[in-house]
Amino acid sequence: MLEGGFVKGPQDAAHAFRAIMTAMARPGDIREVAGAQPPAPLSVAAGVLILTLCDPETPLYLGAALNIPQVQGWITFHTGAPIVAAERAMFALGDWADLDAQNFNLGTPEYPDRSTTLIVELPMLENAGATLRGPGIKDTAHLSLPETDTFQTNAAQFPMGLDFFFTSGNRIAGLPRTTRVS
Amino acid sequence: MSRRNVSQMAFQIAVRGTASPKFHNVGLGAEAGSLYDLSSCIVFAKDVYMSMHPTEPTDDHSARKAWMSLLAKADAKVVADLWSARATPPHTILRAPEIGGVMVRGRAGAVGAPFNLGEMTVTRCSVKLDCGTVGHGYVQGRSKDHATQAALIDALMQTDAGDKIEQTILEPLRTGMAAAKATRAAKAAATKVDFFTMVRGED
Repeated sequence: MLEGGFVKGPQDAAHAFRAIMTAMARPGDIREVAGAQPPAPLSVAAGVLILTLCDPETPLYLGAALNIPQVQGWITFHTGAPIVAAERAMFALGDWADLDAQNFNLGTPEYPDRSTTLIVELPMLENAGATLRGPGIKDTAHLSLPETDTFQTNAAQFPMGLDFFFTSGNRIAGLPRTTRVS
Repeated sequence: MSRRNVSQMAFQIAVRGTASPKFHNVGLGAEAGSLYDLSSCIVFAKDVYMSMHPTEPTDDHSARKAWMSLLAKADAKVVADLWSARATPPHTILRAPEIGGVMVRGRAGAVGAPFNLGEMTVTRCSVKLDCGTVGHGYVQGRSKDHATQAALIDALMQTDAGDKIEQTILEPLRTGMAAAKATRAAKAAATKVDFFTMVRGED
């Protein structure tokens, strides 16, 4: 099954990129995206993120539940992104249990931008739960994170650290390493 | 470099995307102006073909390679003329036609280190017939119709309609290209100079 890519590539990717950029710039702000129909169990939002951000130069790690031929084939056909081990990945896609256990690249003090960006599939995504503070948030924001400890540790490693996208259905939210979670 | 060496060149394909704004990943971990690596798509096309024809031996892609190569090199107008004689089969577009550049790499004498010979423009397209057969078209030049027709012909060649396509489209294409090649070779042969040693008559 190879259907489900962007129908109007340039326009769809531009709209998606705007939503993705806003989500990362305003942590806790949930945006809706459209344009991709990836194979199950991938969500629409995760499919849009992959189509917009990945290409042959962005190695991708797939969590165990998603590392199946349908998903691999769809990603390969539409983006050409190589599927690699967690340590080499520039992007990672999976559910929280799969991704939390992995050793991702945190970047280096000289090149903190070389860290991995995680795309975490959540069963639901809403403005409730953990409190977020930091750049891009006026006072506080709330987001239904799967836990808080890992994100606190991650923020403490600044300027190194991971950046996160959370996806559920057609909704995405961003959590950069600059955000303080409590 | 002789003509023979050019024909023996190894091709590594990397297409610069013009259709999709892939440069958008600037600042999110990737580099700007990235190249698509189409080779993965071609490998994948083989995988799709193999998964659809599980009973066939895995190395039996020579026929498909031959017709894809023929369609890639054929003149867009000739393909369009041959294709226009038949109705377009119902299909869905998997990947809309998009134009990119392919880096053609070669090895001098077909050995040694590869070098970049130059970039050429290609257009690619992928379609799926209603019966589920997937076809891929990679053609030289900027004709999106040509790429779509090549993808449809590739898909149809894998179905029962293959024999008819072979007779009505591929065979005329092959004949036409062979004739053009023969004409060119004959013209080149006419300019051949035969060097011979003059007898100087000194002894």
